[in-house]
Amino acid sequence: MKILVCISNVPDTTTKIRFKDNNSVFDTTGVQWIINPWDELALTRALELKETSGGAIEKVTVATVGLTGAEPTIRKALAIGADDAFRVDSDPVDAYFTAAQLAEVVKKEGYDLVFCGIESSDYNGGAVGGMLSEILGFASISSVSAVNYENGAFTFLREIDGGKETLSGNLPLVAIVQKGIAINPRIPNMRGIMNARSKPLVVIPAASTDNQTQYVNYELPPAKAKCKMVDAENMTELVHLLHTEAKVI
Amino acid sequence: MDFQFTEEQIMIQQAARDYAQRELIKDVIERDEKAIFPTHHIKALAELGFMGMLVDPKYDGGGMDTVSYVLAMEEISKIDSSCAVVMSVNNSLVCYGIEKYGSEAQKEKYLRPLARGEKIGAFLLSEPEAGSDATHQRTTAEDKGDHYLLNGTKNWITNAASGSVYIVIAQTYPEKKHKGINALIVDKDTPGISLGPHENKMGMRSSDTHSVMFTDVKVPKENRIGDDGFGFSFAMKTLEGGRIGIASQALGIASGALERSIQYSKERKAFGTEICNHQAIAFKLSDMATRIECARLLCLKSAWMKDNGQPYGIMSAMAKQYASEVAMWVTTEAVQIHGGYGYVREYHVERLMREAKLTQIYEGTSEVQKIVISRYLIKD
Amino acid sequence: MAVLVYTENWDGKFKKLSYELISYATKLAETLNTSVVALSIGNVDEAELRALGQYGASKVLAAKDGRLGSLENKAFASVIAQAAEKEQATVVVFAHNFTGKAVAPRVAVRLKAGLAAGVAGLPQSTDPFIVPKKAFNGSSFANLKINTPIRVLTLFQNSFGILEKPAEPTIESFEPTLNDSDFATSVKDVNKVTGKILLTDAEIVVSAGRGMKSPENWAPLEQLAETIGAALACSRPVSDEGWRPHEEHVGQTGKVIAPNLYFAVGISGAIQHVAGVSSSKFIVAINKDKDAPIFDTAAYGVIGDAMQVLPALTAAFKEFKASN
Repeated sequence: MKILVCISNVPDTTTKIRFKDNNSVFDTTGVQWIINPWDELALTRALELKETSGGAIEKVTVATVGLTGAEPTIRKALAIGADDAFRVDSDPVDAYFTAAQLAEVVKKEGYDLVFCGIESSDYNGGAVGGMLSEILGFASISSVSAVNYENGAFTFLREIDGGKETLSGNLPLVAIVQKGIAINPRIPNMRGIMNARSKPLVVIPAASTDNQTQYVNYELPPAKAKCKMVDAENMTELVHLLHTEAKVI
Repeated sequence: MDFQFTEEQIMIQQAARDYAQRELIKDVIERDEKAIFPTHHIKALAELGFMGMLVDPKYDGGGMDTVSYVLAMEEISKIDSSCAVVMSVNNSLVCYGIEKYGSEAQKEKYLRPLARGEKIGAFLLSEPEAGSDATHQRTTAEDKGDHYLLNGTKNWITNAASGSVYIVIAQTYPEKKHKGINALIVDKDTPGISLGPHENKMGMRSSDTHSVMFTDVKVPKENRIGDDGFGFSFAMKTLEGGRIGIASQALGIASGALERSIQYSKERKAFGTEICNHQAIAFKLSDMATRIECARLLCLKSAWMKDNGQPYGIMSAMAKQYASEVAMWVTTEAVQIHGGYGYVREYHVERLMREAKLTQIYEGTSEVQKIVISRYLIKD
Repeated sequence: MAVLVYTENWDGKFKKLSYELISYATKLAETLNTSVVALSIGNVDEAELRALGQYGASKVLAAKDGRLGSLENKAFASVIAQAAEKEQATVVVFAHNFTGKAVAPRVAVRLKAGLAAGVAGLPQSTDPFIVPKKAFNGSSFANLKINTPIRVLTLFQNSFGILEKPAEPTIESFEPTLNDSDFATSVKDVNKVTGKILLTDAEIVVSAGRGMKSPENWAPLEQLAETIGAALACSRPVSDEGWRPHEEHVGQTGKVIAPNLYFAVGISGAIQHVAGVSSSKFIVAINKDKDAPIFDTAAYGVIGDAMQVLPALTAAFKEFKASN
């Protein structure tokens, strides 16, 4: 059995977001790139599953759509413990494009379980996993906060409004995972870091697809008004303000 | 010239940073306060490969270069110098000493578990009446044919209780002075070894420091490192590399204090604005950053020279001396920037200041480093 | 032509969220010169379906299939896509919630439609079709151009509001074709908290951070929440420490919420936290550190110890409720 973890290369979560060229382009100057946090958790869990599966899960592969600049991020994933990697050599134009490229990888290599992070911390689309599953005709389970493998079967914990559901699913399947899937991302060890370069990283050309969407420009939210301070001894005043000024109670 | 780190070096730096900022930070204040040894952290750092990161992978080490080691030491020391010193002694004194000068049998028996971090090493040089001056060793290793008989006391020994593999520097031929000194690998559980009480230190309180007493301790001959009388050279050569570890530790203490000062001064307001906007604070920050960068360059240059097989003794002495002075100065300024908050435990900088002081003292005081540097300068 | 809205139900009932979607679609349909069709899946009674007309839906499709009792992404996507095809919808609108995020991308692929996820308002133009959406974790908006003839949108909650526009909708039973292969997952167990206000629905949220010092100090927060009908939330360190369950974590890696009123108690206001709550209409920060960055985001601030401020605030609310 083989698991594919789809990863995207995103700006570090503490990055100060700026735009250039009349707010039409995201300014990447000085940006630190990292593995999308949810993808890193998914990879961590995939490796844990492999290690405890008694050999049933033979391989964990990572795949990304990105230019050469994404390679350090891929090698970090290999250092963390992925067995091999694919990079589709193209800018990830939009969610559909990315999903279509990843679908080619899945079709070629035949994965049983595909993990996608619930969204990427840049464009927050959260669509790649769902689109990928539809293109492939796979089942999908989203908002997955735990995956277990026992007695030859996977179970998934899905968050729903006000609770959780435990699901089983027929493979092949795309699991779209969120917080909880793993507690912390795994830190690569020296051996992993040393071996990262010797693991297979296959670069494949992008397949052509329609260009469904494109970003026209960006806007920063309007500046917040100054915070109005209320004396801690005067909570009646705060309630009064919330009622008469904010009108939210 | 190339100031670009490799991808691997950056990954190691991130790994050390992630572990330190995520895990070490959790209990660092409590461990310091109660002087608790970081057993679980050392185990975790060993699993990540940090305890023997410089050792050749064929002896179960990480196979990393010294530049990576500097980066890792800096990140760990930003949060917790006690862990960093355990790492430093194990890596740059004990593992390095055995790998570079030990026999194949010694490497098999001692280096492997040390590199895997299953065992921790200690380096026993200082004595009650001789600090890091290795020429006047009172501890004796009497040649008894198939073994040495070890007698004497060693002081200020890092990892004395947590460690189980000792490298002991002792005098075999007093008449030959420093040429009569040997370095012996000693298992701590050998009969005749006893520990003094845990030293109640000012800083780095989570690392364990003791005196170690030897009374008729039998050490097999095959545990001698190198030829008969090689001990002094061994100690000096090993300490050259050890200085890079302590210099990087001092660098980390300083840069950790700077990071905290920048953050604090951007949040804390006085006279209607964040205090970083006051020139009195802003100039402190710029001086701190500039000196730290100088210290970092000295550390990295020493590491680079070592990695490239160049003599680096003067450079590592400069790095150690300068970085430790910078650490002391920067942490003092950091406490000042934090004001009253800087003087209480929760804000970390007072601890960094206490830790900084030790970097000026151990593995050769600043004064000893200046002797080393000046001797290089004036020797013919 | 039509704007199709998928109106999810919760145990047979719609929520304000459903009405917001219809309101949004109605406004959009006016611009596109077309009408709004709502699609309901599951058992919803006729009066409830008819209520969607109140906000402008002119037709309601009701798909009732016993197999659609719990969310099966593949099957739901098939049903919604079939409805879109039947109604020749040019826009399909979802909520940007668990279900919308799960199903909309699949529907988009089926309809060969471009998707805008996390839409924050009406299109700035419909030809070309350009909609604003949230990006970079709420730190900015992006205007996304959709090139395809059909577009799928997921609308961010509370980004449009509810507008009444009474219409008399026709109610039509809808029977899509479903195959067994559309049902590849099955729910084995459901664990639902009942009687509590859902964090994602709540108009008021009381959220607390590490400043609370210990999980034992949550009682005053619970009392405040109960008094004003708020849901409880927390910051990441609190859920990481296990003081509170993951489901309560709001922030960049947790839930992104947009209530009318958000109380941030003992939360310093790290950028990652603010990313999850910056769309709240009003933020009240309670913190003993007057320099905490949360005050830069908040509309109202109180400097003080939460353990003292909270009971006083709860008392003030009780007094307010008694006199209003």
